[in-house]
Parts: sequence; C-alpha cells; structure tokens
Amino acid sequence: MTQKDTSLTPELREEAERLAEAAKKAGLDCFPTIFEVVDYQQLNEIAAYGGFPTRYPHWRWGMEYERLSKSYTYGLSLIYEMVINTNPCYAYLLRANSMVYQKTVMAHVYGHCDFFKNNYWFSKTNRKMLDQMANHSSTIRKIMNDVGHDEVEAFIDTCLALDNLIDIHGQFKSPVKKKSLEEMESEAKRIPGKLQSKKYMDQYVNPADFLEAQKVKIQHEADQQKNFPERPERDVLKFLIDYAPISTWQKRVLEIIRDEAYYFAPQGQTKIINEGWATYWHSKMMTQLAPLNESEIVDYCDHYAGVVATHGGRLNPYKLGVELLRHVEKRWDEGKFGIDYINCDDPKVRREWNTQAGLGRQKIFEVRKFHNDITFIDEFLDEDFCHQTKMFIYDVDPKTGRQVISSRDFSKIKQQLLSQITNFGQPLIDIVDANFKNRGELLLSHQFSGVEIKHDFAIETLKCLHRIWNRPVHIETWSEDSKKRISWDGQTSSIDKA
Amino acid sequence: MYTKMESDLNRFRKIVRGKIKSSLRKFISSGDLIGRQGNKQVTIPIPRIDLPRFTFGDNQQQGVGQGKGEVGEDTSEGQPQPGEGEAGDQEGNHDLEVEVSMEELAKILGEELALPNIEDKGRENLEDKEYKYSGVLKQGPESLHHFRRTYKEALKRSIAMGNYDPKNPIIIPIKEDKRYRSYTVINKPVANAVIIYMMDVSGSMGDEQKEIVRLTSFWLDTWLSTQYKGIERRYIIHDATAKVVDQDTFYRTKESGGTLISSAYRTAVKMIEDEFKPAEWNIYLFHFSDGDNWSGNDTTECMKILEEKILPISNLFCYGQVESRYGSGQFLRDLVKHFGDNHDKVTLAQIKDRDAIMESLKIFLGTGK
Repeated sequence: MTQKDTSLTPELREEAERLAEAAKKAGLDCFPTIFEVVDYQQLNEIAAYGGFPTRYPHWRWGMEYERLSKSYTYGLSLIYEMVINTNPCYAYLLRANSMVYQKTVMAHVYGHCDFFKNNYWFSKTNRKMLDQMANHSSTIRKIMNDVGHDEVEAFIDTCLALDNLIDIHGQFKSPVKKKSLEEMESEAKRIPGKLQSKKYMDQYVNPADFLEAQKVKIQHEADQQKNFPERPERDVLKFLIDYAPISTWQKRVLEIIRDEAYYFAPQGQTKIINEGWATYWHSKMMTQLAPLNESEIVDYCDHYAGVVATHGGRLNPYKLGVELLRHVEKRWDEGKFGIDYINCDDPKVRREWNTQAGLGRQKIFEVRKFHNDITFIDEFLDEDFCHQTKMFIYDVDPKTGRQVISSRDFSKIKQQLLSQITNFGQPLIDIVDANFKNRGELLLSHQFSGVEIKHDFAIETLKCLHRIWNRPVHIETWSEDSKKRISWDGQTSSIDKA
Repeated sequence: MYTKMESDLNRFRKIVRGKIKSSLRKFISSGDLIGRQGNKQVTIPIPRIDLPRFTFGDNQQQGVGQGKGEVGEDTSEGQPQPGEGEAGDQEGNHDLEVEVSMEELAKILGEELALPNIEDKGRENLEDKEYKYSGVLKQGPESLHHFRRTYKEALKRSIAMGNYDPKNPIIIPIKEDKRYRSYTVINKPVANAVIIYMMDVSGSMGDEQKEIVRLTSFWLDTWLSTQYKGIERRYIIHDATAKVVDQDTFYRTKESGGTLISSAYRTAVKMIEDEFKPAEWNIYLFHFSDGDNWSGNDTTECMKILEEKILPISNLFCYGQVESRYGSGQFLRDLVKHFGDNHDKVTLAQIKDRDAIMESLKIFLGTGK
C-alpha cells in the first residue's frame, strides 16, 4: 500500500492557524494540535481502533472496521472528525470533506482539545497515551509470541467482559493510608475509643454513653477487618490483579485492559458537556470569531442543523450539551442566579430578570473546568430549560407496545436523565466478599437502583470472572422485587434467593 | 501511518466463519440465504458478536427524549438514525451482516459435512494451462526482476567477500546476484458439468415438499459450482408426462394427475444425447419425488432406463424422496431392491423434513463422484 501524505494542504494549514488564533483570543487553551488528512478507509480504521492506530491486535477492531466501512458504503453514516486526548492532540480530517466542513471540524476539534486539557476529570489521564498504547501493543504481541495468539486473544476477551468494573472516581480518591507503627502503638495505649483530653475535662469529652458507642463502633470495625476486602471494592479489575491466582502474563494483560479502561472513562463521563462545549465553540467561531463568508454559511447551517438534530425524539448529546451551556451563559449574563433569583416565585419577574451581570462567558469556562455530565445536569438543568427544550420521558405503552411520551414532569425527567447517565448507564457493582462462605468464593453486589441487570449476560460475565478467579463466583442483585444471587460454580449456573 | 487493520479483520472473519459453520444447519433448513445471493456473494445475517458485560436488562424501557407532542402520543417519528452527525459511538443493536462469497460458503459446507472433492471422470485431452509464479531463477527478463532476493544475494556476497561496511552499508548487485521470478505451468483439466434436476410435480407434492427440494438443490448447486468451472443446469418436471422448464417454473408448477417417472428419465436421456456429449461432460442427475409411481410396470421401465442408458454415462444419479402425506414411498424401496444400498453411482436419500436436508446433502455429495 502506498502511503498517502497526511499533512495539511497549505490552504488548510492557513485555516488551522487562523482558527487556532481565534480560539486563543476567545480564551481557549489547547494542547498543540496536529491535524492529519486521511481518506475514509484510514479514518474508519482509526475510528475502529478508538482513535489509536497503535493498539494491540484484537478481532473486535476488525468487527468495528467492518461495521463502519459497511455503513459508509451504504451511506448510512459518515465520520467527519476524530480527535484524541493526548499532548500534542491528534485530530483526523476526512480528505473528501468540503472546505466548510473542514473549517467547522477544525473549530470543533479546538473545542474538544481545550476541554481535554482543562477539564478536571481528564486531569489524571495519560497525555502520552499514543506511546502508552503502542507499548501495550508490543507487550501483548510479545506475550502472544510466547504463549500463542489464540490463548492470549481468548484471555483478552475474558478481561474485556469485566472492563466496565472499574471505579471511575477511584483516581480522585486519596489512597487509604496505612497506619504507621507508632500510631498503632499509641492507639494501643489508649483506652479504646477514648478521645484525648485533659483530666478535668475528661468526663465532658468522654462521657460514659459516648464510650459505650465507641466500643460498639470499634467492635464493628474489628468485625469488618475480618472481611476481605475490608470495605466493598469497586475497582474489581485492580482487586483481581492483586489477588486472583493468575499467571504473570495474564496479570500484565489485565493491567493493560484496566489502564485503557481508565483512560477512556472520562470521555464517557463527559460526553454531553464535552460535545456541547466543542459545538458551542465551533458555532461561535464559524459565525462570529472567524466567520465564514456568504458563500459558505448556508452549507455550514445545513451541517449544524444535522449536528443538533433530534431523531425520533431521542436525546442528542450535542444538542443537549450546547443548549444547556447557552442556557447557563444566558442566565449568568442576565444575573439569574443567587438567593434572590432562586427565591423569586413570580414568573413574570423571573422572566424579565436582568441585572446586566454579564458573567456568562466566565461562568461557562468555570463549568468546563469542573463539571462532568452528571454534575453539569444536576446543577444547571432547571425547569425553565426543561420546558424550553421540550424534554419528556418516554415509556412503552403496555397496550400497544409502542413508545409513547409518558410524562413532561420536570422532576421526573431530571431524575430519569441523571440515573440514565450515572456510571455511563451501567450498573454499579462492588466486590463485597472475596472469601464468601469461608470458601474463597467471590461475591459481587449490584447496587440496585430500579433497573434489573440482564441475567443471561450476567451469567456469561460470571463465567469470565470465574476463569480469572478460579473459584465459584456470585453476584447479588434484585429481580422481581426480591434479592437474588446469581452464581456460576464452573459447571452450572444458578439463581437463588439471597 | 502504519496500519495493521488487515490482520485484525482476518481474525474477525475467522470468528465469523466459525459462527456460520456452527449455525450452518439452521441456514440450510431455513432457506434464509436463498434470495440473498448477489452475483457471487451471499449476505449472511449472524447475531452480533457480543462480549458479555454486566448490563441493564430489557426492563429499562424508559428514557428521556426531546420534541413536540402531548403526553400519550407516539414518540417515534422515525427510527433513530445511528451515526448521523459526527463521530457516533453508540452501538446499534443490529445483526451483523457479513458478506461471504459462494465459494467460501461452499467451502464451509464442505468442511462441515466433510465432503470429499469430486474426482473428475478424467479427460486428459481437455486441459487448460495456468501459470503460477512460484520459483526464482538466475536468468530472466528484467520485468521479472526480484529486487529483494537480488539484494539479499548481493548482501551475502559482499559480507562473504569482506567488503561490507555496516557504517556505510552500500551494496551494489552485480550480474551474478540477480534473481528473477519464474513461473511453473500447471495443467488444469477443464471440467464441465451439467446438473439435471427432475421433480415430481404431481398432486401429491405440496408446497412444503417443493420448498425442501428447492433448499436441497440450492446447496447442491452451491457445492457443485465450486467443483466445476462451467456448470449448466437443466430442469425437468413430470407428472404423467415430462417437460423441460426453466428454474422458476421448476419450483412453482403444481400439476395434478398421475405419475409416470419413466417419462422424466426418458426426457433426461434425450437431453443428454442431444446436448451433452458424455465424453466431455460430468453429468449429475437429481430426482426428487414423493415415491409414488403409477404402476409397477412403469417402475420396471424406470430401472431399465437407469441401468442401460443413464448410469453408464453419468457421474451420479441421486434420488431424494420427500415425505408427503399422500405418497406411498414405494419408489425408494424399489430402487433399493434393484440397486442395493451401496451402488457405485446411485445414491438414495429420504428427506423427511427440513432438518433432514443436511443429512441428504451428505449422502448425495459424500461419494465424491
């Protein structure tokens, strides 16, 4: 295959520089951004690899590629743009796109790039991930050479079944501190649970009922320590790496899968706000900061309409994100915040509220720095916005089997939306006992929030887990209003009342 | 940019192939694939290959949407379009549709049923030459110059002569280093084959019976097409008289009336005499019936034609008996009585229902004739 030149044409380069300048002036703070111009095959390839052409060998990239190519051939979908969170930031442009699209996409990319660099949730990601992925790839290839392609690939499949069992907030928690020897000694000297105090204060600081309560607490803690793990562990992959009876190469593969899962996690956490931010900026740049000329603007509008369109009433993250950001901007521009505004009940006053505060731009920059989808929606999605953008809850009508609008009630909508995006719409699962029944069996627990987990999938996943843990595995969940325990002991599956 | 998609794609295709293989029985008996043939490709729907995960189940029907409408109104103005707009990462729940060439499909069929390749009747005078570039020679035309091998030779020579300097790795090939690609001639017999399908369309053959015949012939076709380069198909239907028809009519016609099987055999013999010189053609005859023949006399007549005229000139005669409510199934018993179970050129199968198609294919094609 001949390698095509992937560098920008002079025309595009000039445009990229102009847009970068405009972005900088507007306050965006991006990593250096490298654009590569590729044809649709290359773009499909890169997209199939999740943006990283250097990934380890696995059949699912092939499947994804096949799917993308097919839908491209049939004209079902077209990827315009692909950008990855690295420093420098790499973005891919589709060669066949018109100039208007290229400009729009570049502006959009600068939006993402600023977000990657400045959003708190991305702060722990590895910005040299391209290299890291290449390292992973060569490690896995090496393992494959040693143990055989099929075996390693099968093990990767096993690990991938579990790769959503990570603790997405874990990276931001401070590690649990181990007590030093001195601390333990000084603790031992004291009467259990007694707080330090001067003698004359002792009866006030440590009254009898307090000491009693402390005793119970200490007893409880001691009981917990007998548990393994001490407290529920959400980072299942880490736990398996540390404690599962697997060989060194398997451990290495599991580490790689976990590493990549953590790398991609923030993108799942910030889908709405990230796309909203990028769309906000490409629209701002194309129409105001580095405006398109008259001959281009209609094409641009057509494209924009496609980006923020809703299909069949489904929520579109681009649309929701950009509209909510603009809503925030408008509110802070008009001073619609603070205790006075919140306590105001008069709809007319509320509507006409405008203190000319002009803080909108500043506020949305703050939003992009600190928020992820959940906090963004939780904090800013208000009743006005909900009605303005015509949100609703849909449900299946049991009589007709069709999907109908079931409610337009604000609080229900918000609750539904939040639960939909919590943990990327995946069940929250912890390891609660790694020595279940005192037989070294592994017990997981699903934090039930109203939606059942899929049983056949759960059993298949348990099989994968069993392959790693090598002892019977269980998951506690709720189904049909009672607590159930789904188990796999290596031969048979069972669902029992728990 | 270095890309390595090809190997991942091949891994995926291998898995798909395994999936097709494991659900081949289903495909064979359901007829899903017929009508999905393109020119040389079949589109096969296989379930999406999912990695299991802990996910929410189907009772998660609620969701938040946006748009006009009163409470209680339908939301779906149209199905949501996946991938619209910019890079979408939502995964559709669609089945995978994979395209497989007919050849590949036949290969899978062959592997699954453990079918032997067909031995040609052997006509050495009819051969075609094929050239394959597989060797390397020291002489040859410049157009076939093998650069890599030439440089390898040159490198070997310069190292051997001791004038190779790793710091300044200049290698100049001389005439003796030059290598050229060379071809070998492979003689390929040209195999022509004709398949003559015969079917009883008398009143007792119902729609289901014909569907079974249709499915069976599709797979027979698929297999035989890969074994011969040029393949001709002829279709004969019969009740009390026989007619040569096209493929469409073959599967659609429903006649009523009696059955004289010999009429079809006679027509086939005439067709072979007129069109297909037995010395040049591999001849396959497939006859499907519910086993009812009008009279014992006619059956005797059939055996005679088979024995004297058809078997000496054909590769294979297959009789598939489809079970029907009205058929007596006598003809199969008569054939067994006459030719025995292990006749060289006669294979007999009873196709009770769709599930038996696979077994009958194995019987028909398992002989390698």
